[in-house]
Amino acid sequence: MIALLRRDLKLAIRAGGGFGLGLAFFLILVVLVPFGVGPNADILSRIAPGILWVGALLSCLLSLDRIFQLDYEDGTLDLLATAPLPLEAAATLKALSHWLTTGLPLTLAAPFLGVLLSMPSGATFWLVASLAIGTPALSMLGTFGAALTVGLKRGGLLVSLLVLPLYMPTLIFGAEAVRRGAEGLPASTALLFLAAITAGCAALLPFASAAALRMNLR
Amino acid sequence: MKFGVENLACRRGEVTVLTGVTFEVAAGEALILRAPNGAGKTTLLRCLAGLTPPVSGKLSFSTEDVAYAAHADGLKAQLSVEENLQFWADIFGTRDINPAVETFDLESLLTRRAQDLSAGQKRRLSLSRLMLTGRAIWALDEPTVSLDAENVARFAAAITAHLAAGGSAILATHIDLGLPSARTIDLSPYRAVLQDAPSDDPFLDEAFL
Repeated sequence: MIALLRRDLKLAIRAGGGFGLGLAFFLILVVLVPFGVGPNADILSRIAPGILWVGALLSCLLSLDRIFQLDYEDGTLDLLATAPLPLEAAATLKALSHWLTTGLPLTLAAPFLGVLLSMPSGATFWLVASLAIGTPALSMLGTFGAALTVGLKRGGLLVSLLVLPLYMPTLIFGAEAVRRGAEGLPASTALLFLAAITAGCAALLPFASAAALRMNLR
Repeated sequence: MKFGVENLACRRGEVTVLTGVTFEVAAGEALILRAPNGAGKTTLLRCLAGLTPPVSGKLSFSTEDVAYAAHADGLKAQLSVEENLQFWADIFGTRDINPAVETFDLESLLTRRAQDLSAGQKRRLSLSRLMLTGRAIWALDEPTVSLDAENVARFAAAITAHLAAGGSAILATHIDLGLPSARTIDLSPYRAVLQDAPSDDPFLDEAFL
């Protein structure tokens, strides 16, 4: 099982692997916002939680169609489906490697980018915590979307349309946790909801993704 | 390993392509599929490999015993030959890539990236994966495409060794490999009359295809 994860990470960092695409997008977005909105620190610090979470969500979305598409096109997915590794495990590992190459770097970069948006320092903990807890759900939901559209040429648009509504609860609770943290209000309820979403995704979506893959491969 | 199918019907997408396919292959025997393009060779092989569930009929074996080699090579261009092989050896739990490397003479290519290989070399690499699966039934779809005469002979030797060890194989191929115990079956009589797929399966809705 670890072989699949290792291969995916290796492919991600080699040329053309797309590692850093999400991170670069996130960076650009957050750097551009102060230019678009103006340098008013009050406004920036008020919108910072929302911007950072929307940015994280969009950068996750950017690389979703690659999760299964490349393996499908070169025939690897057919062979994986006939391998002893269950497709449920393959889907979980794909989601994990997507998170390691997208969600985790975003989580680590977010506190520094928060400074650019003059986010109150009290919110940094909540930002990192909410991203760390919430982005795995984004990767798992995205893997499910990618599994549904795996046979389609240029399925990227369809993945986005399918996955965006599923991303809403994560975005709402994630941004809410940071906002409350920034204002000094208790934020752990929102964080717990976020954790519940992630736990639910981890429990259910590997099976849904594997079922979607099986039907797309027949 | 002995394997067979009885009254098998398989479909490709929503179309039932083959019906009533029945055959039996003994251990140490190879079955060669002959049929015109589009007659359902790939469909049958995908069905045997467990990628498409049969519409009806019985498989007398577990699809877990089938090693499938498709048209597509299934190689990762950015990985080296060795990394590609080691990945599949790890996935199938066989670990040792040496037998495959020796049989298909890949020694000198091990450090080369798959994207720098010629079509024939890619094919060899892709076929050598069969030896890493450790599975008894080989289902091969046009295995000799883009192989030269020398490598076709190498490949035929690999199959012969596999059969001699008690394995079995089913191949869709247009050339004569000179296998010792090969039988040929013509799929044309099993061609299904075009008909709509059963409509009770929601996943066969147009939107999903």
